[in-house]
Amino acid sequence: MGYQARFRVWRGDDTGGDLADFTVEVNEGEVVLDIVHRIQATQAPDLAVRWNCKAGKCGSCSAEINGRPRLLCMTRMSTFGESEVVTVTPLRTFPVVRDLVTDVSFNYVKAREMPAFAPPPGLAPGEYRMQQVDVERSQEFRKCIECFLCQNTCHVVRDHEENKEEFAGPRYFIRAAELDMHPLDARDDRREYAQAEQGLGLCNITKCCTEVCPEHIKITDNAIIPMKERVVDRRYDPLVWLGNKIGRRG
Amino acid sequence: MTSTRIPPASATPATAGRAAIAARTLRTDRWWLQPAVTFAVLFAFVVYSTVRAFSNAAYFVPAYDYISPFYSPCLAANCADGASHLGQPLGNLGIISPALLILIVPLGFRLTCYYYRKAYYRAFWLSPPACAVAEPHAKYSGETRFPLILQNLHRYFFYLGLVLNVILTYDAFIAFKGKDGGIGLGIGTLVLLGNATLLWLYSLSCHSCRHAVGGRLKHFSAHPVRYRLWTWVSRLNGHHMKFAWVSLIWVALADLYVSLVASGTLTDLRIVN
Repeated sequence: MGYQARFRVWRGDDTGGDLADFTVEVNEGEVVLDIVHRIQATQAPDLAVRWNCKAGKCGSCSAEINGRPRLLCMTRMSTFGESEVVTVTPLRTFPVVRDLVTDVSFNYVKAREMPAFAPPPGLAPGEYRMQQVDVERSQEFRKCIECFLCQNTCHVVRDHEENKEEFAGPRYFIRAAELDMHPLDARDDRREYAQAEQGLGLCNITKCCTEVCPEHIKITDNAIIPMKERVVDRRYDPLVWLGNKIGRRG
Repeated sequence: MTSTRIPPASATPATAGRAAIAARTLRTDRWWLQPAVTFAVLFAFVVYSTVRAFSNAAYFVPAYDYISPFYSPCLAANCADGASHLGQPLGNLGIISPALLILIVPLGFRLTCYYYRKAYYRAFWLSPPACAVAEPHAKYSGETRFPLILQNLHRYFFYLGLVLNVILTYDAFIAFKGKDGGIGLGIGTLVLLGNATLLWLYSLSCHSCRHAVGGRLKHFSAHPVRYRLWTWVSRLNGHHMKFAWVSLIWVALADLYVSLVASGTLTDLRIVN
């Protein structure tokens, strides 16, 4: 059974904008992206929205629904009451292009800055051999679909634009952890890089990145905190430093 | 369709080209509930433990060897008779409560704990109060500067906390003391045993413990025993928040129970002897 839902969708661009009200039909089984498409098809043909797979795997349709960072395609309308007003806004942390579309190039800049996987010397591609237990931790982080909801919700940059230059964000902390835990990555300065260049110390582990991750990656527990502990090993723990000097570890 | 255009200047915080949304948050759920409850419980614990730590009274029941976890080990000469199982190396502290010296360890351990950091940064410092709710601070430097850079000391408090856990476990075992000096079992014994168990679970589920037992390794395959330990601690680590809360509340209740029995307000219910 369908019903008429009340929607508020942010419309505008970098010169200004506001929430626009719509009353729109909702049918059983639909997600918020379906409703946005219906608004586009029936009431606002110039409404801008970025989307692609409609399956929660491309990370394109990130937005904020009732103030919470979500994927439009993975948010079921059945989670709202029929009388509830659903508010859809663009990601707050990034510059808006138009309506629900934001410019997420901040993330691509941070990705480019990150040193890539360093192959071990003496091994050609195709000769890499790894045991499953050694790559399991890194594999969790490979589930990332780069929707940037974690980057968007992180208060370090969401509430402090000035931190963007020195803070890479949770998406790139999991990349740092992935490489530092990678059994064949030859670089040994991932921890120093995470602290000095990525701004790992700015993270105060309030776990919002983990809360919003649509892939349920345990960003804080499995990547950020282990990286913080690894930084402590290198920078603040004389016992581990001594252990590294007198014996072989890891 | 209706709309009123807002210029970007009204957006908070001042940003380059972000969508002009004036509201601090558009969340419609009760996002304030969790930080409010966290604040209330932690604040109540801080008040209670401060009062008890300074009271320097009613922390030992000689008849059954019950000692409050706030006062164990009691290392000063002004400790209650029979309460110093490890001797009195600190001498007489005068009016200073012996609990104040001991509580530095659990306080430091919980204060630097990765879970509690999340809890109090949200509930006390509102940084942020909840996800996607703007924080009220104009500047933010995270854990990069003094004093918050000291959070990196967490592992040392963890190590010290393990020593304290051993002592509190010993306290629980000597609490199996009957009225006639033989073996006995009272509600107090079970309370102290539960306290020690929960503190072990909280400590062993700690993120620093997870890192120390195996998390720091790059090659699990070369260290099968540490890998096994890491998988066990990882499983516990998933419940770290739960253990943090239950052990915190239990330790306060354990102290309360011992204080009520020690002051004669309550008679310990004996199950055996």
